[in-house]
Amino acid sequence: MTADTLLTLTLIILFLPLFSFALLLAFGKRLPRKGDAIATGLMFLNLGLAVAVLFGVYALPETPAIHGFAQTPIQMNFKWIDFKTTIEVFGNTIPLQIELGLLIDRLVAIMLVVVTLITALVHLFSIGYMHGDPKYHRFFAYLGIFAFSMLGIVVTNNLLMMYAAWELVGLSSYLLIGFWYEKPAPGYAATKAFLMNRVGDIGMWIGIMILFVSYGTFRFDLIFAHIAAGNLPFGSDAWLTAAGILLFMGAIGKSAQFPLHTWLPDAMEGPTPVSALIHAATMVAAGVYLVARTFPLMSGDALLVIASIGTITAFVAATIAIVQNDIKKVLAYSTVSQLGYMILALGVGAFTAGFFHLVTHAMFKACLFLGSGSVIHAMHHGLHKIHDHDTDAQDIRNMGGLAKKMPVTFATFLIATLAISGVPLFSGFLSKDEILAGAWAFGSLQGQLAVLVPYVGFGVAALTAFYMFRLVILTFFGEPKRPDIHQHMHESPATMTIPIIVLASLSIWIFYSFNPFSGPSGWFVTSLPAPTTVTGSNWYPFAHGDLTHGDVTHGDVMPGDVMPGDVTDEAVAQGVEDRTAAVGQGSVVTANPSQEAFEHRVHESHLPAMIASLILALSGIAVAFGVYKRKMIDTDRLVEKTGPLYRFLLNKWYFDEIYEKWVVLPGVHLIARMMHWFDSRIVDGAVNGVATITMLQSRMSGLFDKWVVDGAVNGVAYAAGFFGIVLKKSQTGRIQAYIAFLLAGVVILFYVFR
Amino acid sequence: MMEIGITHYLVVSVVLFSLGVLALTTRRNVVLMLMGIEFMLNAANINLVAFSRYQGLNLHGHVFALFVIVLAAVEAAVALAIVLHIYRMNNTVEADRIADLKE
Repeated sequence: MTADTLLTLTLIILFLPLFSFALLLAFGKRLPRKGDAIATGLMFLNLGLAVAVLFGVYALPETPAIHGFAQTPIQMNFKWIDFKTTIEVFGNTIPLQIELGLLIDRLVAIMLVVVTLITALVHLFSIGYMHGDPKYHRFFAYLGIFAFSMLGIVVTNNLLMMYAAWELVGLSSYLLIGFWYEKPAPGYAATKAFLMNRVGDIGMWIGIMILFVSYGTFRFDLIFAHIAAGNLPFGSDAWLTAAGILLFMGAIGKSAQFPLHTWLPDAMEGPTPVSALIHAATMVAAGVYLVARTFPLMSGDALLVIASIGTITAFVAATIAIVQNDIKKVLAYSTVSQLGYMILALGVGAFTAGFFHLVTHAMFKACLFLGSGSVIHAMHHGLHKIHDHDTDAQDIRNMGGLAKKMPVTFATFLIATLAISGVPLFSGFLSKDEILAGAWAFGSLQGQLAVLVPYVGFGVAALTAFYMFRLVILTFFGEPKRPDIHQHMHESPATMTIPIIVLASLSIWIFYSFNPFSGPSGWFVTSLPAPTTVTGSNWYPFAHGDLTHGDVTHGDVMPGDVMPGDVTDEAVAQGVEDRTAAVGQGSVVTANPSQEAFEHRVHESHLPAMIASLILALSGIAVAFGVYKRKMIDTDRLVEKTGPLYRFLLNKWYFDEIYEKWVVLPGVHLIARMMHWFDSRIVDGAVNGVATITMLQSRMSGLFDKWVVDGAVNGVAYAAGFFGIVLKKSQTGRIQAYIAFLLAGVVILFYVFR
Repeated sequence: MMEIGITHYLVVSVVLFSLGVLALTTRRNVVLMLMGIEFMLNAANINLVAFSRYQGLNLHGHVFALFVIVLAAVEAAVALAIVLHIYRMNNTVEADRIADLKE
């Protein structure tokens, strides 16, 4: 396929879900089957197109690396806003305009398939799960707008469009989390998710603006080229680091990283397919994708922050997941923990590992969520049969022994659990091993406190295996804890089991690497090498021997660099081309010694990391079986003994309480006080002011009425009366007096008209 | 010997008219006031005939005078009837004492 075909297909992929959204929103109720077949069909068509794009992109011949990209990406740009003016950027005068555009590379192609696949399967699943919901068609419409926004994040080639899509994702997740808004909890959860995302987004916007103000463009390739040419924002490394961390703030919000992770578990109030789509596979992956996209411009310090946040998130969420009793809450904290893993991987520099885990995690976590949806669906059915409306359908303490009743759900759930636990022959093993190797290499190269990163990573791997098998054992094994519900439960319909089966089979190693013990030799990892960082010596200083600081620094002219003076005349004629050439894009990308040293160390770390993670995962599984299957330890007594710690974990480290006390309440108080001030001073002042002015005006109007209008009326009457009294005197009644007057008048007239 | 001209007629007419006005405004008796009116009418008749004789050389003035004489007769008849009526209502013919028009 040519680049033009790929771009066209990508545009179609982007806008099909929007079309589905518009169609269902406008005509949803009148369409056959309320439009679910149309929406689902469109999504599967989209999936087909995305797969075509994936193969098309991979069939393209290898292209040379450019700054910030491992291969030259296919791009399409068009001018959106032209301010008809020019700005000065690092010695070049460029037109000030905002461009929008598409970008296709292997990262995008894989993301397209992941997003469309999960979206299509969730559509299919929802046909069964949402059956009979009064807002059935609207649910599918919302899924459509979500898919559009998510694809918008993926296919863009600039930060502005990404930010717009980012906010659209926030909006559509708000709509989907709060889908059952007639109940209070989903409404609050939706608001919480939206607001916490905003906190991160503000940072992201500031980061974008730092870059735009510096470079006059939102485009990734141009920004990377600028940084590679040594044009730092405001001429300082610190600003570059700040921009990186601020961009990462967006990912903190969207990918539910510590300290903004609390919205995601609450978002489980939404319908379960939504949890699978948004809170497992796609929306939360957007943050990881953002970091992967902007990975080349992240300086070493920014990456250190990212790695720290990821490590903390992975650990905190994993500890909380151990003690939760709600099936979806366990999965939610597991998701947060795994997202922490991905962020950790990107933070330590293991770009491919982080992205690899994003893809594998999307498959098995969506499978887990849809499986839990299947279980909850069956539980609801059972509860409905026995007319029980108080029992929590999501509480694993009411389940148990479901393996026989729901064999398909059980088998797929088990496969996904094995994958997330990092057991060989499953996808999670490959990607997690990559991450842990990266963390190991990072810890050994960086030294000092950084060794905590691999240690925590390994610990979390064991915890993950433990809590996931706890979930599986309590849900599917053993005797049913509520036989009355259990006897009415049955397997879900085919529309619900098919998506789970597809996702479970995609959790098998074969799709990512033919060798089940070696991720790096598979097509996925080899085809997605990490892009060379453009930060040069601002990256992690791993290459102690090879690179002395100051030896290769920014701005040094490398052989083959295209300098601003070399811009051709034709290029100058076109503003866009001008910018590309002006920043020296096309200069040779030289490998970063630190990054090479890191990659080398990762290669060495693979085997030990693999063995360690395997042992830890298996021991975690073994402990889970020992505790929950064989009942070797009485969990109730354990809870009693570790009372404070248990309560600490059960209450999710008291994050919500802390935020409530230190952030929400003071904030609300402050806003309330400001609002009160505004209300009492400005609004009331305006009202009272208007009243006073009206009163004054009416008083003046009254005076005018009294003195001028009434005065005129009375004056006329008075004058008439006065003249009446005066002229009355002449009416003597004597006829001869009248005759005398008459004569006098005649005489006067005689003299007048003489 | 001085010829009798229009001036003489006019003088007589003025004297007669003035006497009429004097009678009309000063006499209290309504009958005497009526006589004053007759004086004035006849002064006008003299004027009409005189102007007709000296200026118009036709009989228009004479005809007017005849009409005036007839109207004066009619007026006198009506007015005397009114006077009789006034006398019968007020028991007097003094104009001063019949101030019914006042207010």
